[in-house]
Amino acid sequence: MKAATFRANSVGRSAPIALADEQMLDQLQRSAFEYFLKQTNARNGLVADTSRVGSPASIAVVGFALSAYPVAVERGWIARDDAVHRSLTTLRFFSASDQSGALMSTGCNGFYFHFLDVHTGLRAWESELSSIDTALLIVGMLTAAAYFSGATPAETELRQLANALYERVDWQWAQHEDHDDHAVAQGWKPESGFLNYGWQGYNEALVLYALGMGSHTHPLTSASFEAWTVTYQWENLYGIDFLFAGPLFVHQFSHAWIDFRGIRDRFMREKNCDYFENSRRAAKVQRQYAIRNPRGFAGYGQDCWGLSAGDGPSVEPRMVAGRRQAFYGYAARGAPWGPDDGTITGSSVVASLVFAPEIAWPALRQMYARAGAEQGRYLHAAGFNDSAGATSDVDGTSGAKASWICEGESGLDQGMIVLMIENFRSGLLWRLTRSIPCLRAGLKRAGFRGGWL
Amino acid sequence: MTASTFAAIPRRVRPISPDDAERLVNVSPADWRSPKPRSVYHLLVLGAGPAGLAAARAAAALGAHVALIERHQIGGDCLNDGCIPSKSLIRTGRLLADMRDAAHFGAVPPAEMVFDFRAAMLRMRRITARISRTDSAMNLAREGIHLFFGTARFTGADSVDVDGLPLRFKKALIATGSRSMLPDVPGLAEAGFLTNETVFNLQVLPRSLLVLGGGPLGCELAQVFARFGSRTLISHREPLFLPLEERDAAQMVSDALARDGVEIHLNSTATKVWMEGGQKVVELVNDGNTATTRVEHILTGIGRVPAVQGLNLEAAGVAYDAAAGVHVDDFLRTSNPRIFAAGDVCLKHQFTNTAAASARIVVRNALFLGRERMSALNVPWCTYTDPEVAHVGLYVKQARQQRIPVKTFTIPMHDVDRAIADGEEDGFVKIHVREGSDQILGATIVARHAGEMINSISLAMVAGIGLRELANVMQAYPTQGAAIRQAADAYLRTRLTPLKLKTARRWLQR
Repeated sequence: MKAATFRANSVGRSAPIALADEQMLDQLQRSAFEYFLKQTNARNGLVADTSRVGSPASIAVVGFALSAYPVAVERGWIARDDAVHRSLTTLRFFSASDQSGALMSTGCNGFYFHFLDVHTGLRAWESELSSIDTALLIVGMLTAAAYFSGATPAETELRQLANALYERVDWQWAQHEDHDDHAVAQGWKPESGFLNYGWQGYNEALVLYALGMGSHTHPLTSASFEAWTVTYQWENLYGIDFLFAGPLFVHQFSHAWIDFRGIRDRFMREKNCDYFENSRRAAKVQRQYAIRNPRGFAGYGQDCWGLSAGDGPSVEPRMVAGRRQAFYGYAARGAPWGPDDGTITGSSVVASLVFAPEIAWPALRQMYARAGAEQGRYLHAAGFNDSAGATSDVDGTSGAKASWICEGESGLDQGMIVLMIENFRSGLLWRLTRSIPCLRAGLKRAGFRGGWL
Repeated sequence: MTASTFAAIPRRVRPISPDDAERLVNVSPADWRSPKPRSVYHLLVLGAGPAGLAAARAAAALGAHVALIERHQIGGDCLNDGCIPSKSLIRTGRLLADMRDAAHFGAVPPAEMVFDFRAAMLRMRRITARISRTDSAMNLAREGIHLFFGTARFTGADSVDVDGLPLRFKKALIATGSRSMLPDVPGLAEAGFLTNETVFNLQVLPRSLLVLGGGPLGCELAQVFARFGSRTLISHREPLFLPLEERDAAQMVSDALARDGVEIHLNSTATKVWMEGGQKVVELVNDGNTATTRVEHILTGIGRVPAVQGLNLEAAGVAYDAAAGVHVDDFLRTSNPRIFAAGDVCLKHQFTNTAAASARIVVRNALFLGRERMSALNVPWCTYTDPEVAHVGLYVKQARQQRIPVKTFTIPMHDVDRAIADGEEDGFVKIHVREGSDQILGATIVARHAGEMINSISLAMVAGIGLRELANVMQAYPTQGAAIRQAADAYLRTRLTPLKLKTARRWLQR
């Protein structure tokens, strides 16, 4: 059977773009993909969470890597055989991994610990067994299976493993009975059991629910989706109606795989919207916040926005525009209620391109050009902050401006850059996941109708 | 969590300042002579807190023969150990915070700020003494209320015994309030702790203080003592403070506490307390990770349980349980048709205003054949952290659980001119309406003066005024309350459909 090929077409974007912009996207996407080549342990397919020395692997980043390989094959950056080999190595590792749930294992009940030692594949940093990160890993596996549809033994094994690993996940178990009205627990630890956090309010968990509800082995109940969506808040903020969530990544992660254009669940039918349009509005809200810039951070403005999860400065508090401002290091930043310490996550602007090109393009061009010869550095970095490096006196008016930029890169950021640019250019990931039966079934069970469903 | 309540507090308390002596004369006079009892009272009220006082006064004003029985001090928890003392100290804390930020406003504070804890506490006592005059024992007696100090026990369906004195009633109101709940932490009782009652008797500012429990009172006092300069920690079992409130509001309180230097331990449980070198050592567990901290004092702001013990409710045929308190229907009737309940002893919302409002319902329902329902009340409440968190009506989640389509109009305080000018931009006004209409379902306000602002939403809800009409209400400009008007304007803009716009443009270009 001939493997399916995909070409850039209208599934992704509709309007033609200038050559310089096309080159910028190409450079950004390709250099982001380099992360996966550099940061992967070839023996087990595990990918480092960040480029920092000694970083453990993040299972979510592995999910992004598995989804990025098809992009790289399509773009001619790596050979199909190489991509298959990399994917298969990863899947074999997870298939054979220690699922005992012991303190130093890899996972249990089909879920995996958030962070794993890159070399041993065992739990790192006493991390939690993570429901969302497992979902991002699994959707990556299923995406690879959808792309590598060839009849070769390797591609056949790849598909079998991906499906087996998906079927092994006991989603019901994560729907911990003591938890908020059947909602899925965010995680579990061998030392203390389920975490005290449930999924509350709109967040990146759409893909988790779609996978969990589509399972024919251990499906989530319909009540779980209801229990989650009942905590949604539909707000009119800065004159924009949208389903509220502060950080941009929340509005973007599930969309890296699932095409939410035109498909609606009960909530979105009630609001005459869809999740894709909602993400466009979320980007506009962020831009409005940056224009207002209530805390007077340096740099913020109509073309400099993007508060999301990412790294930031961990320096001592200092005066910014008359306020004593603390800096939060790694944090899930959001607008308008914060946390906000003046740090921008560039990848969230790249990922906004597909939703709101009219406002993302100018911001993207400006951030891309900022580092001069190191074009794109501000977009690849895990965060930059123009206030933390600036010195200012008590009224915040004077001072030498020096930007703080994260030395390291995050695998999640690079994954989002690769996948979302691809969705913008060709819609590849969206088309692949449309063909995954369990995702379709899960979305339907969650009440999604219309559009491509 | 298992909970136990504190033992009964002795009525005779030694005054700790001249003002406190005046307060004690007002709220618990040592030489009080009980009146000669009537053969039967129209209304007998157990407890002279906010609910009992409101009911006794309303009934007496209408000519009813009223007996009011108080075990401890008139005014209840609110006046003596709660709202009023804490608000007095909160005011001092705000001033200190403003002084800390004074340079931003062009006023350079002295290099070394001196805080006199004793003076702040004396001021607090002066304030409670002043307020206690209104509800003094003498005033109540002048209003015709028969006031008895003592411990009441029901002896039958229509009678009580007050320290050996039998009293009979046609109708009775149980308004005994609530008591502090002590968390079941091994070693806590032995090590000693402060409660919301005893914390106001402190003579010396604690060097360090651990607040157990992140409810309203815990958050308020943690912020106050941090601002006073105590090293302050707060530990809370849930991932966010203020479990009743919406996430954004609770997160803002958490951020504010952190800014004031409070060490925050969310998702944490105190598992053990012991003494070491004159200090209290507390073990805190968070997701299996254990940490210990040493403090001078521990404050349990953890919550309240209804005060139902010792009333011999069984003799009166009044159903109750230790957790929910006296069981009442929507008309606040107990299982004995002669007996009603109001306030903390029977209600989920344990607030002073709710206690008084429920008591007034009882007067109408018990004495005047009223059919007023507790559920019809719009209860606003406020947590007096800085910024404050105020709420009225439904939360979005409650509306969605009832399948009511709901939309929220959100105005950040950083979009409100006066808040910007005041340098008080942290917070928001969120007004929840039924989707497709302007009917206000509820609102949450986080702002420095949220408690003042929520009242106009309450007024609108009770009067049945929607956002459309609110947009027509002129307001003084600039005010922080204008945020509510801005939300109404945002509503109006959403009603500007493309068709309406087109029609308007055509009209203008005719």
